[in-house]
Amino acid sequence: MTKWMQESGPDNDIIISSRIRLARNVEDFPFPVALTKGKSKEVAKVVSDAILQGKSTLRNDFELITLEEVSQLERQVLVEKHLISPTLATNYEKGAALLNKDESVSIMINEEDHIRIQCLLPGFQLDEAWDIANKIDDVIEEEVKYAFDENLGYLTSCPTNVGTGIRASVMIHLPALTMTGYINRILQAASQIGLAVRGIYGEGTEFAGNLFQISNQLTLGRNEKDIIGNLKDVTRQIIQKERDARSTLLSNNGIQLKDRVYRAFGILCNARILSSQECMKLLSDVRLGIDVGLLEDINIDNVNEIMVMTQPAYLQKIAGKALSSNERDIRRASLVREKLGK
Amino acid sequence: MLCEKCHKRQATVHLTKILNNKKTEIHLCDQCAKQNEAVAFDTSFSINNFLASILDSIQDSPIKVDYVKATKCDYCGMTYGKFKQLGRLGCSKCYNAFEEKLNTLIKRIQGSESHIGKIPKRAGGSLRIKNEIKELKIKLNDAVRNEAYEEAAVLRDKIKDLEKNIKE
Repeated sequence: MTKWMQESGPDNDIIISSRIRLARNVEDFPFPVALTKGKSKEVAKVVSDAILQGKSTLRNDFELITLEEVSQLERQVLVEKHLISPTLATNYEKGAALLNKDESVSIMINEEDHIRIQCLLPGFQLDEAWDIANKIDDVIEEEVKYAFDENLGYLTSCPTNVGTGIRASVMIHLPALTMTGYINRILQAASQIGLAVRGIYGEGTEFAGNLFQISNQLTLGRNEKDIIGNLKDVTRQIIQKERDARSTLLSNNGIQLKDRVYRAFGILCNARILSSQECMKLLSDVRLGIDVGLLEDINIDNVNEIMVMTQPAYLQKIAGKALSSNERDIRRASLVREKLGK
Repeated sequence: MLCEKCHKRQATVHLTKILNNKKTEIHLCDQCAKQNEAVAFDTSFSINNFLASILDSIQDSPIKVDYVKATKCDYCGMTYGKFKQLGRLGCSKCYNAFEEKLNTLIKRIQGSESHIGKIPKRAGGSLRIKNEIKELKIKLNDAVRNEAYEEAAVLRDKIKDLEKNIKE
């Protein structure tokens, strides 16, 4: 069960998920970039023991995954569910992850930093995600002495994370702002006030299916509450703008919007071959259709789930074998039809 | 200047490339430039390259570049040159080893040099107490100004206790 995929959260007509990530390092060990394989196992043990052998009740909730011991496909599925980063999947020889039962928390070990605590919740729940990540940070810190400096705060492998080590982000669906072309102004404005906007799989990826990730850029000189507060304020404004754009589209170009939504739904229900990109684009339109009340029989959580399940590794996991690109496109189409009940 | 390739249109793209100390210059028009691979940007733009370019632009440090390049972190062996290349530090002690240059970089990318967020209980022990003393001193000044001497005495004792803790 992956909480963010399968449950609804506040403002989930626009915000798909909220994430808090904290970067921490264990004192007296080189950072992962300079760490030998042997030492990296030591770090993994220190960190996992802090959770699994610690005094807190968390120990019953978490499971350790040593990435070297699982298949390449399993690692890719974890990436598609956003539980580990593509970087960690590539450096699997040194890496591990602690996952809790509902997969709302993953603690990446030996990614860019020794410890990356990530809390991922459905909908707009940044404060809730921070509370959870903060508590887990406290639990680990009871057993592990962090690399910390009085002036610079938490010391991290990259100076862009030093200080609080916090990255707060929301995954946001903005089809109406994209359609109306207003999106570029929003992106520009966001970057001017210290926020970064990216594609959903992090650095260097394209905007797939009108999904954007907005996050804080600065980690030093502000406290965690202010960083999160700033992101929340801006996100709230963007939500409002997207809602306005949706209702304008509906009242001014109702027929075009309906055409687009119903066509997308029609293709998804009937296609026999679906590429990953086409699928994301059509699902984005269907999601919009549900949000503005044009499609009533489908659940939004269902769409979120399809978005993840139709990714390449996930499809192969369901199939239980490696699939060629063409085979995936056929299976993707059939999975979508099944999920939409057609 | 005319385009070197088509020799028809005006050259608008001027590229200077220095490779192994050899300098080459290319002058092309818009259209030919689009087809020329040498003009295409190095596409692997990443945060590491970006950091490296900021590092290069920091010239106001009194330390000579050659010296800085050779500076090495005694703990993990990372050199400043390697850090520039990777964009990643080797260990927490690199922050001290490269302090002079690094602090300028941090100030430039973060807009600040001082942490005001969460402080870990263990690693940040004395800092937590120092912050507490700072807050108590402000309260003490207020109390004295308001002639609340009993309260001031309590605050003064608390500060003394905390200061003892730091020394121990």
